[in-house]
Amino acid sequence: MFYREAGQFKVTYSADMAIFPIAQDRIAVLAIVAGAFLLMPFVATEYFLNSIMVPTLILALAAIGLNILVGYCGQVSLGSGAFMAIGAYAAYSFAIRVPELPLLVSILLGGVVSAMVGIAFGIPSLRIKGFYLAVATLAAQFFFDWLFARVGWFTNYTPSGSVNAPRLDVFGWTVNTPVEKYLFVLAVVCVLALLAKNLVRGHVGRQWMAIRDMDIAAEIIGIRPMYAKLSAFAVSSFFVGVAGALWAFVHLGSWEPLAFSIDRSFQLLFAVIIGGLGSILGCFLGAAFMWILPIFLDIALPPLGELVGWKMDKATVSHFSFMIFGGLIVFFLIVEPHGLARLWSLLKEKLRLWPFPY
Amino acid sequence: MDKKTFGLAAMALAGAIGLGGIAAPAFAQNEQFIPILSYRTGAYAPNGIPFANGMSDYYRMINARDGGINGVKIQFEECETGYATDKGVECYERLKAKGPTGAAFFNPLSTGITFALTEKAPVDKIPIITMGYGRSESRNGAVFTWNFPLLGTYWTAANIAMQHIAKEMGGFDKLKGKKIALVFHDSPYGKEPIPMLTEMSKLLGFELVLLPVTHPGVEQKSQWLQIRQQRPDYVLLWGWGVMNSTSVKEAAAVGYPRDKMLGVWWSGAEPDVLPAGDQSTGYKALMLQHGAGKFPVHADMLKFAVGKDGSQTKPDEADDVLYNRGMVNAMLGVEAIRTAQKKFGNKPLTGEQIRWGLENLDLSDARLKELGFEGALKPLKISCTDHEGTRFGRVQQWDGKQWKVISDWYEGDDKLLAPMVRDVSAKYADEKKIAPRDCSKES
Repeated sequence: MFYREAGQFKVTYSADMAIFPIAQDRIAVLAIVAGAFLLMPFVATEYFLNSIMVPTLILALAAIGLNILVGYCGQVSLGSGAFMAIGAYAAYSFAIRVPELPLLVSILLGGVVSAMVGIAFGIPSLRIKGFYLAVATLAAQFFFDWLFARVGWFTNYTPSGSVNAPRLDVFGWTVNTPVEKYLFVLAVVCVLALLAKNLVRGHVGRQWMAIRDMDIAAEIIGIRPMYAKLSAFAVSSFFVGVAGALWAFVHLGSWEPLAFSIDRSFQLLFAVIIGGLGSILGCFLGAAFMWILPIFLDIALPPLGELVGWKMDKATVSHFSFMIFGGLIVFFLIVEPHGLARLWSLLKEKLRLWPFPY
Repeated sequence: MDKKTFGLAAMALAGAIGLGGIAAPAFAQNEQFIPILSYRTGAYAPNGIPFANGMSDYYRMINARDGGINGVKIQFEECETGYATDKGVECYERLKAKGPTGAAFFNPLSTGITFALTEKAPVDKIPIITMGYGRSESRNGAVFTWNFPLLGTYWTAANIAMQHIAKEMGGFDKLKGKKIALVFHDSPYGKEPIPMLTEMSKLLGFELVLLPVTHPGVEQKSQWLQIRQQRPDYVLLWGWGVMNSTSVKEAAAVGYPRDKMLGVWWSGAEPDVLPAGDQSTGYKALMLQHGAGKFPVHADMLKFAVGKDGSQTKPDEADDVLYNRGMVNAMLGVEAIRTAQKKFGNKPLTGEQIRWGLENLDLSDARLKELGFEGALKPLKISCTDHEGTRFGRVQQWDGKQWKVISDWYEGDDKLLAPMVRDVSAKYADEKKIAPRDCSKES
């Protein structure tokens, strides 16, 4: 009833190729973004901003990066935690060794360094595929875990190996309060997500998808695998690196290599798979699923237990939330193997026919 | 599942999360909220559980015996961190504003979480108590206004450990040319003692061999093979959780004498030696002043707290090393609140007021006796320049059945410690552009 595109005529090519060709979609997305910028800071509690929104947005950004590589270009990577770490440590290095640089530039440079390392570790992808590539990227994970823990230069020789982010000054604006942190992260994520969306819609993204679907066929129709694969590695690592720098600077404030361990890589890979391979929206949904659901279970289980007269202690709660979380992952993958993004598009299709389904 | 019902369910879920974040349970007005960051699951649970039990039981006991701190009831809540920094930060955010006046203080019980919270505490004005762990340079209260590494830092621990080794070998001069290995948890926790040990190795001429063990520490074969090859004269163990008992087992497997192993005070509890059985006989560890066994306060603990009102402690566990340590930690916090109440009145206090209480905490021998901690602790006095309070420790040895105290009190050598604290904290102040407080003007 509300969600019909009948009567929306497109008279120019650019209107036909818009990101959201349907007017209702455009309005909804604008409303969500406007709400996130204008409404959220006033209604959300400090806890909600600090512990839910900021981490979810940053993880979504990292998931976008990983999705470009895994979902769009079809190259499996288990090293995203390492590339987050590279972004974080490179940004830290720029921030303390070249203090004249504005912080935003340091963070983006962290992404650039991560992109360059990503290219280097993407080279094996020219020869190996699938599980073998996953193992090669796993090597990156372990190598950088080791590097940042052992080589003092990266941590500015702090005795404990834990480093502190410098003060967050963005062009004279000190990002300090939860609202400021949230807005800063939101702005960066919005800009980069828009960039990613346009990249995957353009010729670069089409090359990636061609490689993903069948690399030999792609090569025959004139796509250079080296260029396509390495550009996917570079762009992906850039996004993941920027997310790592944000995670370290804005979310944690002080970190150690363990913050970017193999667990982080798996968390991101699961977020991408559950959210939906090859979907930008899916990255946000997947990241929210991976980050918010365990916290939600942790908070919601004790009151639920009390409803049935069971006073759970903390250990039981965390065991249960672990099990339920795992169960839900399996459940979602069985119900919809193409991820939450696919569920969303199914919902939209139903909505189109509503209230007269056939 | 019908897709539409699913959508609705998803929306309901999202809404519930929003509510969960916003809705806080109602608190009575005359209550002081104390958060407990604990870990009862994961690789560090064997050590996390008794500590959390000790802390919560002490608060229970104060509530049941005295009706709270000068009539102000303690409201406490645990949050499971699993020893993970990001979970710890989330717990901190969740609990920091609870209760009528917000969280009194935080006990992170993880050096990694301590580092993260050190950045957040000054903004939120909540003190961080890191009893026997945390950042060693945070002893300097002029720079680290909100950190309180009470009873001892890792630099103090490293110094005391070397004093004991020197004594066993017959003097500091005997250390020359000797080889000391440090088997450490590869995290900020395990790396903390390295600057002090490096400094002492330069000073005394022994060789320091560093053997990092990655989290969670169940895989240590290569480290102990290296020990077998290099035959160090002594092994220092800086582990936590399952890493400790694994180290003891691996030492037995390569035939390294257990009585040449000295653990830090976090590697010297029952869960560290019991899993290795007879193999752990002879293993030594530092004591964070107190040891296992009962002190006078335990009578009240058993009467009012253990096994009552949600307590998960079994009576025979109520005098384990880490249970006692949780109790001592809780007691120091409660006494800090009491000190602050003298200045600000007997009502729920804010983190900022309790910080004053911590900085002016002064526990004399007489006061410790009153509290029932006679013989377990040395008197301590916190000041703006010294957030550590006291630098004493002893050494205990596992005889196969229980821990036996085998040494006298050692005091950390302030000629070495003070300059290091000064230099490293100055570097931190410089990096973060903090102007150190003038301690002569603090009251």
